[in-house]
Amino acid sequence: MLYSKRDRSIALSGFDLKTIGPTPCIRSALTLSGVRFCGFGSRIGVGMEVEIDQVETSRWGAGVIPYTKMGFWQPDYEPKDSDILAAFRITPQPNVPPEEAGAAVAGESSTATWTVVWTDRLTSYEHYQAKCYRVDPVPGNPEQFIAYIAYDLDLFEEGSIANMTSSIIGNVFGFKALKALRLEDLRIPPHYTKTFQGPPHGIVMEREYLNKFGRPLLGATIKPKLGLSARNYGRVVYEGLRGGLDFTKDDENINSQPFMRWRDRFLYCMEGVQMAQAETGEIKGHYLNITAGTMEEMYERAEFAKKLGSVVVMIDLTIGYTAMTSMSKWCRRNGVLLHLHRAGHSTFTRQKSHGVNFRVLAKWSRLIGVDHIHAGTIVGKLEGDPNSVQGYYDTLRLDKVSANPVRGLYFDQDWASMPGVMPVASGGIHAGQMHQLLHYLGDDVIFQFGGGTIGHPMGIAAGASANRVALEAMVKARNEGRDFLQEGEVILRKAAQGSPELEAALDVWGSITFDYESTDTPDVVATPSF
Amino acid sequence: MRITQGAFSFLPDLSDEEILAQVSYSLNSGWSVSVEFTDDPHPRNTYWSMWGLPMFDLSEPAGVVEEINRCRQTYPNHYIRVNAFDSSYGRQTTALSFIVNRPADEPGFRLSRSEGHDRRINYSITSYASEKPSGQRY
Repeated sequence: MLYSKRDRSIALSGFDLKTIGPTPCIRSALTLSGVRFCGFGSRIGVGMEVEIDQVETSRWGAGVIPYTKMGFWQPDYEPKDSDILAAFRITPQPNVPPEEAGAAVAGESSTATWTVVWTDRLTSYEHYQAKCYRVDPVPGNPEQFIAYIAYDLDLFEEGSIANMTSSIIGNVFGFKALKALRLEDLRIPPHYTKTFQGPPHGIVMEREYLNKFGRPLLGATIKPKLGLSARNYGRVVYEGLRGGLDFTKDDENINSQPFMRWRDRFLYCMEGVQMAQAETGEIKGHYLNITAGTMEEMYERAEFAKKLGSVVVMIDLTIGYTAMTSMSKWCRRNGVLLHLHRAGHSTFTRQKSHGVNFRVLAKWSRLIGVDHIHAGTIVGKLEGDPNSVQGYYDTLRLDKVSANPVRGLYFDQDWASMPGVMPVASGGIHAGQMHQLLHYLGDDVIFQFGGGTIGHPMGIAAGASANRVALEAMVKARNEGRDFLQEGEVILRKAAQGSPELEAALDVWGSITFDYESTDTPDVVATPSF
Repeated sequence: MRITQGAFSFLPDLSDEEILAQVSYSLNSGWSVSVEFTDDPHPRNTYWSMWGLPMFDLSEPAGVVEEINRCRQTYPNHYIRVNAFDSSYGRQTTALSFIVNRPADEPGFRLSRSEGHDRRINYSITSYASEKPSGQRY
């Protein structure tokens, strides 16, 4: 039954919307009129289970029918190898059955709108509909469910994270039928993965380029974040690198402010980098942050960094997925490593009930193609429970990642040979935690000690040396077969006998820990703390 | 100065016993070990001379250390590094690399600057030692 705008206004004029309630006569009258204007918010009061059972409307009767009845709930569906699969944590409003909530998410993230449209019949709609095929209760939390949804490959434009995110998270997170919604994980099939090239270099190429093998890399973020003049800023770069760091880093909010314009910063930083290379015989780098207000300005800054001989440039997550992808392609064309600072991610990754889990952002970033991404420290000052963080690291570094509930991984993920991304551990870590960092995070990682380098009582270069000695001593002990996690403090103190810099670092920071409960942990495990 | 390439340059020079432990770790990890030497330690000098082929079929760490020491006896004043190569799928790259021998005197590098326009500076790094022909440097 078709209806025009006029029909709708006539139908609605007979009812005061606020009085629409659970009485069957009003509801049937509404259905007959062809319009049920209540939307999800008011349906809740009606009691969804009753409603689903009572609605007899066919798929094509005009009006609103439950998403479960429109083909978005298919418990028998067997996902195809080429489907993109999503695991959503859903918290339905009271009385909304989880299957309906899951189907609603599937519907709104694919073909559906809130009412039936006859134009569906001009399409092979069954092909384009996302299918919610499974809903599991969350252990220990009766309000929450994990809904699994399959999306056909045809729903997505090749090589566009902007399109993929607009589809999957574009429209559903404000849905009234849900109290909260969180995208926990995605399975991205090789069919789609192969439409991206991934990191411009990847872990293997980066190590060969830098000539650094067999140990984590070391970095530090220049502090204070704001206010240093370009000349003083470059001094910190030089001291940190000559002392033993592999990289120094602009912070996320260092762009081009009145106290230090980008061009001046680049010139002085590269002076520091070059001097440190000459003094150590090692390749060094400073992540020159090229984040700017427009793509044109970013390209200009990246070109300048390249011409000065910088091995790496940096972007912030705040520039957006499309800008990130453009810079990734630029970096591949120009042979420059790309560092990503995940600025702002905690606004949507941190809360367990709502938003997007970081492991999904990690997958998008690997597809977009960055060489480095901040992914948590476990032991530092920022959020990150050990199991989840190890799951992120697996997602970024491995080629084939198996589903692992303990690490919060919902799906097997095959990266189809896409190079790995080097995770960066940064935020409140220091040399005294070296055994824990190496144990949890392994070799292919960059440890960034900002305060833990620049705050050293003997100076910045001494702080850098302390970290490097601690790192090399721990790697050496591990390779020798020692139980370095247990013996960590002994190993560090022994190494400090030949390094007054490390001794001072251990004296100042050795006992510092950040022991807070995580706000987000996998459902199946209790959270250890440090 | 002390060139700090390699995984353990910030630690005291490794003893034979310590080198043996790293070689054992590498072999146990399924990596093959090779020895390389040079008298041009420029940070962008990728291809050091190979002391024979990588020891793909040597599984005894003592035999590897013997080769390392033979190289050291032949080139006592060169830089010598030990590499472990991981040929497994997805890596196919060097897994560990560390210096086991270095010249008694390391003069380091000259940093040359040539001033360009717009305050830009072009840099180049030259090893002081490499100003002499290869073989007469240290």
